[in-house]
Amino acid sequence: MQNVAIADQIDELHDPQTFITKYIWSQDHKVIAIQYGLTAIFVGLIALALSGLMRLQLGFPDAFDFINPSDYLQFVTMHGMIMVIYLLTALLLGGFGNYLIPLMIGARDMVFPFLNMLSYWFYLVSVIVLLTSFFVPGGPTGAGWTLYPPQAILPGTPGYDWGIILMLVSLAIFIVAFTMGGLNYVTTVLQARTHGMTLMRMPLTIWGIFTATVLGLLAFPALLVSAIMMMLDKTLGTSFFMPALVSLGENLDYSGGSPILFQHLFWFFGHPEVYIVALPAFGMVSDVLATHARKSIFGYRMMVWAIVVIGGLSFFVWAHHMYVSGMDPAFGFFFATTTLIIAVPTAIKVYNWVLTLWKGNIQLTVPMLFAIGFIFTFTHGGLTGLFLGNVTIDLPLSDTYFVVAHFHMVMGVSPIMVLFAAIYHWYPLLTGKMFDERLGKIHFWFTFLGTYAIYLPMHYLGFLGVPRRYFAMGSMDFIPDSAQTLNQSITISALIVGFSQLIFLYNVFVSLRNGKPAGHNPWGATSLEWQTPDVPPRHGNWGPKLPQVYRWAYDYGVPGAKEDFIPQNHPVTDSERTAGEHDA
Amino acid sequence: MNVLRMLRDKPWLHAAEAATVAQYGGPDPVAAMRVMLRFILAIVGVIFFLFIITFLARSQYPDFQALAGAPWQPFTDPSRLWFNTALLACASLAIQMGLGGTRHGKLNVTVAGISAAVFFTVLFLIAQFDLWLHLQSMGFYMNGNPANSYFYLLTAVHGLHLIGGLLVLSNVVFRVWYDNDAASLTAPLKLCTTYWHFLLGVWLVLFAILTARPETINALAAMCGF
Repeated sequence: MQNVAIADQIDELHDPQTFITKYIWSQDHKVIAIQYGLTAIFVGLIALALSGLMRLQLGFPDAFDFINPSDYLQFVTMHGMIMVIYLLTALLLGGFGNYLIPLMIGARDMVFPFLNMLSYWFYLVSVIVLLTSFFVPGGPTGAGWTLYPPQAILPGTPGYDWGIILMLVSLAIFIVAFTMGGLNYVTTVLQARTHGMTLMRMPLTIWGIFTATVLGLLAFPALLVSAIMMMLDKTLGTSFFMPALVSLGENLDYSGGSPILFQHLFWFFGHPEVYIVALPAFGMVSDVLATHARKSIFGYRMMVWAIVVIGGLSFFVWAHHMYVSGMDPAFGFFFATTTLIIAVPTAIKVYNWVLTLWKGNIQLTVPMLFAIGFIFTFTHGGLTGLFLGNVTIDLPLSDTYFVVAHFHMVMGVSPIMVLFAAIYHWYPLLTGKMFDERLGKIHFWFTFLGTYAIYLPMHYLGFLGVPRRYFAMGSMDFIPDSAQTLNQSITISALIVGFSQLIFLYNVFVSLRNGKPAGHNPWGATSLEWQTPDVPPRHGNWGPKLPQVYRWAYDYGVPGAKEDFIPQNHPVTDSERTAGEHDA
Repeated sequence: MNVLRMLRDKPWLHAAEAATVAQYGGPDPVAAMRVMLRFILAIVGVIFFLFIITFLARSQYPDFQALAGAPWQPFTDPSRLWFNTALLACASLAIQMGLGGTRHGKLNVTVAGISAAVFFTVLFLIAQFDLWLHLQSMGFYMNGNPANSYFYLLTAVHGLHLIGGLLVLSNVVFRVWYDNDAASLTAPLKLCTTYWHFLLGVWLVLFAILTARPETINALAAMCGF
């Protein structure tokens, strides 16, 4: 029991005394969150650079001798895997989950701080193992982020030897790291909420993170199982996924395995993974929108239900990624139906975000701009999802740039818009300083307009039938010359958007030193994290006494209140109680 | 807690505030551990569930040869596996006995129970490893047939979970020894006991699946739609 934080007391069990214990081997959730965040952003910048290299090749083929077809496939694979797993999952749950859960529910720390610390260090090891694959013979795997067998482990695919092994090992370590962190998040939410913080008073950020973590805990095992089995196919010659085949003129020892079985396992993880990324983003954007529109979130209960329903349904839609695998039409019909059903709670959320803005006192701050930007990008990405969810429409569009454009809009750009919104929103709490508003707005417009310049034309390329993952298009009659011009335009836009992220980095780091002091609660927010005695919050978060919660997190614009917001830890007045009885 | 009722709460109304405040107390370390264990069991359950589903799917390919049924198959006579199962059952019983000791304040019973549990668990692992050697001596190598592959894989994963349990159990015992407080053993030992029983249950399912005859496997696979 030593490693369990007693959130009712000031926790002396892991009180940091030295630089090492305070900043390196720290068990403080805030430090661990920042460690997660910095590592994820570092590795994300590598993935961003890889996408720049890919775009250079696509926009200006033959112009860059240092990019050969193998390199290109390796860039594609590593870009995808890093962005989905090592950046988005790690930053949203490891970063924001760690930082916000204890603060938003009024706890002093995670319930298992030691495990939490281990979680980060395992994550770091997984990143190091992944990046090591750039330096081994053959380089990293180029099998695509889905790592489909048999090609992932056969000669002819870049990195089929060391690259794929390191990728699988890295994923296994990441899953261990995520599980340690995830167990902490769910247990903390269920067990360490402060007095008065009922589940239905939790901010939607916590609902999103909590549900996404449950999804992760149940979905990552599928990736682990498939990684273990593929590793055995690769190293010990088993035939779980490997069929009998001839490779480079040679009969291999494999026999009878099923590559489709791997696809089922992979997507049983892969589709919930979309929501592991999306649900925390849904939650955080709800809080940013309500705070900066000075209005309570529209349909709170419906938002919670939608999060839970989306989480549950996300386990029943995986095979819509496999329509072209030759499945039974009845199977395809089932998954098309569940896919369309999951659009209903998702659409409810979009409507509620828009209705939260309706007649709100909208403050066009930088976080708000990114949050509104998210509504646009997510709606567009979601609508193309309706196309791809239908079997008959998916078949011709499968493996074209339409799919690339769709998933980048819905689970690339959209969560990243929320991540920027969240970073700008919580930056004053994190650092005690304000960022440069002007630079933030410049960053927003470059990012928002730039992403449309990239992905809108990409949909059109997909309609033309331009295939994804190709190093060069060669001479295909159905692709007009204008497609190449479009590709050049996309590349230039992508490079501009990529470089514009330097504005963000500059703003974040320079504001640390030069930013104006943020003071307490600069946005006038109601949730608990802004009510700490110190900004940034100190170890233990709450000083000698834990906060008491009296109300939900969305009391904005309450009639008769002194200000246009009432924090969660402010007692309910008699007039409010009377009004409540009246309403009930 | 009634989840459905909770999900119908209207948090924007303040009339019911007093009742809901009283409902949620501060954190309890034992309860936190219990919640974590439930999630761990769910995760371990999902892992084995997925392995078994892939086993059933893979069993429907023509190269799959079940390890029981024909006289020359190793588990047509599963007596060695029954022996191993008895070892794990003894471990489960012993740890339960140890837990009973803590509840009645009998430290010697607790020590004996935990020691026996560790002994039987280690013996089970050694016996499983010996079975691997036996299978190899009979020519049933890991890459010989998918049924062999699954046997080695599933027993290895199960064994690793037991080793993990042993590490946690040793940590619990060490801390009790360090704190010199036997009473503090009850709650963590209860969680360890639950974990041991769970792994015994998992093993029984694995035992049944891995030693099933082809017709049984085919029937199960058909029920799953394969």
